[in-house]
Amino acid sequence: MSIIVNTQKEIKNLKSFSTAAERFEGSHLLCPGCAHSIIVREVLNATNDNLVVSASTGCLEVCTAIYPHTSWDCSWIHIGFENSSTAMAGVETMNKALRNKGRISADTPQPKFVTFGGDGSTYDIGFQWISGCFERGHDFMYVCLDNEVYANTGGQRSSSTPIGSSTTTAPAGSHSYGEKRQKKDIVSIMAAHGAPYVAQVAPNKWKDMVTKIQKGFSTYGPVFINAMSACTTEWKFAPNQTIEVSDLAVDSLVFPLYEIIGGRELNITYRPKNVVPVRDYLGAQPRFKHLFKPEYEYLIDEWQKRIDERWVFLQKREEIRM
Amino acid sequence: MNKRVMELKEVEVWDGNMANSQAFRQADVDVVAAYPITPSTATVENYAMFHANGYIDGEVMMTESEHAAMSACVGAGAAGGRVATATSSQGLALMIEVLYQASGMRIPVVLCLVNRALAAPLNVNGDHSDLYLTRDSGWISIDAFNPQQAYDMTLMSFKISEHPDVRLPVISNQDGFMTSHTAQNVIPLEDKVACDFVGPYLQVNALLNFDKPVTHGVQTEQDWHFEHKAKQHAALMASKKVILETFAQFKELTGREYKLVESYNLENADIAIVCLGTTFETAMLAIDQLKEEGINAAVVAPRVFRPFPLEEVAEALQNVKAIACMDRSAPGGTVGTLYNEVSGALFNTPARPLMSNLIYGLGGRDMTVAGLKDIFRNLDKEAKAGKLSGKIQRFIGVRGPELSFYDAQGDVK
Repeated sequence: MSIIVNTQKEIKNLKSFSTAAERFEGSHLLCPGCAHSIIVREVLNATNDNLVVSASTGCLEVCTAIYPHTSWDCSWIHIGFENSSTAMAGVETMNKALRNKGRISADTPQPKFVTFGGDGSTYDIGFQWISGCFERGHDFMYVCLDNEVYANTGGQRSSSTPIGSSTTTAPAGSHSYGEKRQKKDIVSIMAAHGAPYVAQVAPNKWKDMVTKIQKGFSTYGPVFINAMSACTTEWKFAPNQTIEVSDLAVDSLVFPLYEIIGGRELNITYRPKNVVPVRDYLGAQPRFKHLFKPEYEYLIDEWQKRIDERWVFLQKREEIRM
Repeated sequence: MNKRVMELKEVEVWDGNMANSQAFRQADVDVVAAYPITPSTATVENYAMFHANGYIDGEVMMTESEHAAMSACVGAGAAGGRVATATSSQGLALMIEVLYQASGMRIPVVLCLVNRALAAPLNVNGDHSDLYLTRDSGWISIDAFNPQQAYDMTLMSFKISEHPDVRLPVISNQDGFMTSHTAQNVIPLEDKVACDFVGPYLQVNALLNFDKPVTHGVQTEQDWHFEHKAKQHAALMASKKVILETFAQFKELTGREYKLVESYNLENADIAIVCLGTTFETAMLAIDQLKEEGINAAVVAPRVFRPFPLEEVAEALQNVKAIACMDRSAPGGTVGTLYNEVSGALFNTPARPLMSNLIYGLGGRDMTVAGLKDIFRNLDKEAKAGKLSGKIQRFIGVRGPELSFYDAQGDVK
């Protein structure tokens, strides 16, 4: 089968990028300040190619495809909560079959296949489906909109919820500091599938993000993108603070930006000039406010220690190139 | 890509699984996405072997679960091509969520359901508990009683499912092991004839048509959900016409005639059983043998389980005095499905036959000719006496003390 390699879209500056022709329209019901729409625009605007998009049940889906309206000016499908990855695998496989059979002519450019799921559908309920798709090697990009909580249903914990966060199913109370488990390391898990390209991105670092999305689009095989999506509603910061909170996340190294190529080669893609204390990141979000009580201060210190160790680990991984 | 042509004999010896696999191959399916489970595994294994040997130029996608298999079928179907899968029992139970999504999204899919008991206790043998689990899923459901019919039904399922007036997924049922693993003579069509009969896939709102982007799988709440489900039901009910047309075209091509409701010896029968699957053919033997005893019995089986042929069932059973509805599934605290549906079909008609509900054959327990003869003899007694010989619902062929439920109220008959 011949693979038509499409020319990469040239992105000169933020102005031209942000005013690109939209296939994700402005009319949707996402909260003011929601990072999902920023991420989706940055992903879709990174290419001019034909697109098929799938979405899991979640904030993005319920806010963009309520009959008789749609926010999508591209082919789009939603089936359920857990199976958006496999829905896309089906589309990608059909594309392959119809090309094999000559029902799609060989000179038709290859479309791009992109799946969006929240952390609930990625880390938790849809994990098996994603793992299956990555093992089978489907040519698509899976983007996790990681807001560390089941935001669509009112803020329940997921396995992406970080320790100490207060959620409706693991609330902070007189006898609890909230979530007891550390966030699952989904990026390493997906890299361990041997995926050709895996990366963590944040929409506030748009240049880093669009570079990675374009790398992903030019990669043949399954690509996993973990996109930090600051959630004004459940992280409980003001809607005009999305970019500021996101900056704190990457500058404190709580969300380090890096990529892993072929499951082995790790590159750190953003090194903050001034690393911000984790305390500052946590302090900007009322979901963590109880951690600043004297009895829980130790959790912030432990968190800082873990982040420091993780940063050392990432740099060592980068250094040894394996 | 050129695929190899398979030379078939005029009469092949195929089991029900091979019949499915060959129908998939001849229908030129674009994507088969599946996960193995007894007893439907061989449907997919045979197909994978055809693929490995160059007889298929579509894609075979072996997923990590049945839920994923059906999810992939919906995605692939929405993309704009012909899709199929096969499963049984627990696999069907796992994919049930996506069955509702497939029909609600109006995606044509053919699912070969090789009927098997649902756990617990774990059991790999045939009964109809998985078939009944699909009752309200919005799929067309067609039943084959032997491998020839499995081939015929699976082939026709594509044509029915993809018809522009239908656009609904179809289940092609057959009994686990009794049909799926019993090799019998099957008269196949030549590859080209079969493929032409099914016809080319007609794309509707295809995701891969980039000239006309579409949104599949939207949300509707109280403002629109009811209208969507009502239209879906209306389409399922209207599919009867396309099913009948397809049966007629198939008869013209092969001489093999199928009806919405199949029956044997109904013309002069005083009594009848209603059943699904292989029990139909076993009953034919029992009926023939009972003629010597002066018992004139019939068997009636819905060929098409969904949309349920209510009028045709009622019409078929107008002249019998006693009916035993035989349900091969644990009824879960009520009367069996066939009893319910047949009673419902007859209620607004002049006929008031004695109605009993026999629960039988769970987990592959045999229903023999001798067993059916006993059932018919008892029905005959009931018809002559004008009353039921026991409670309405009786478990047949189960060990231990007699198990029966529900008393007939008042003076029946």
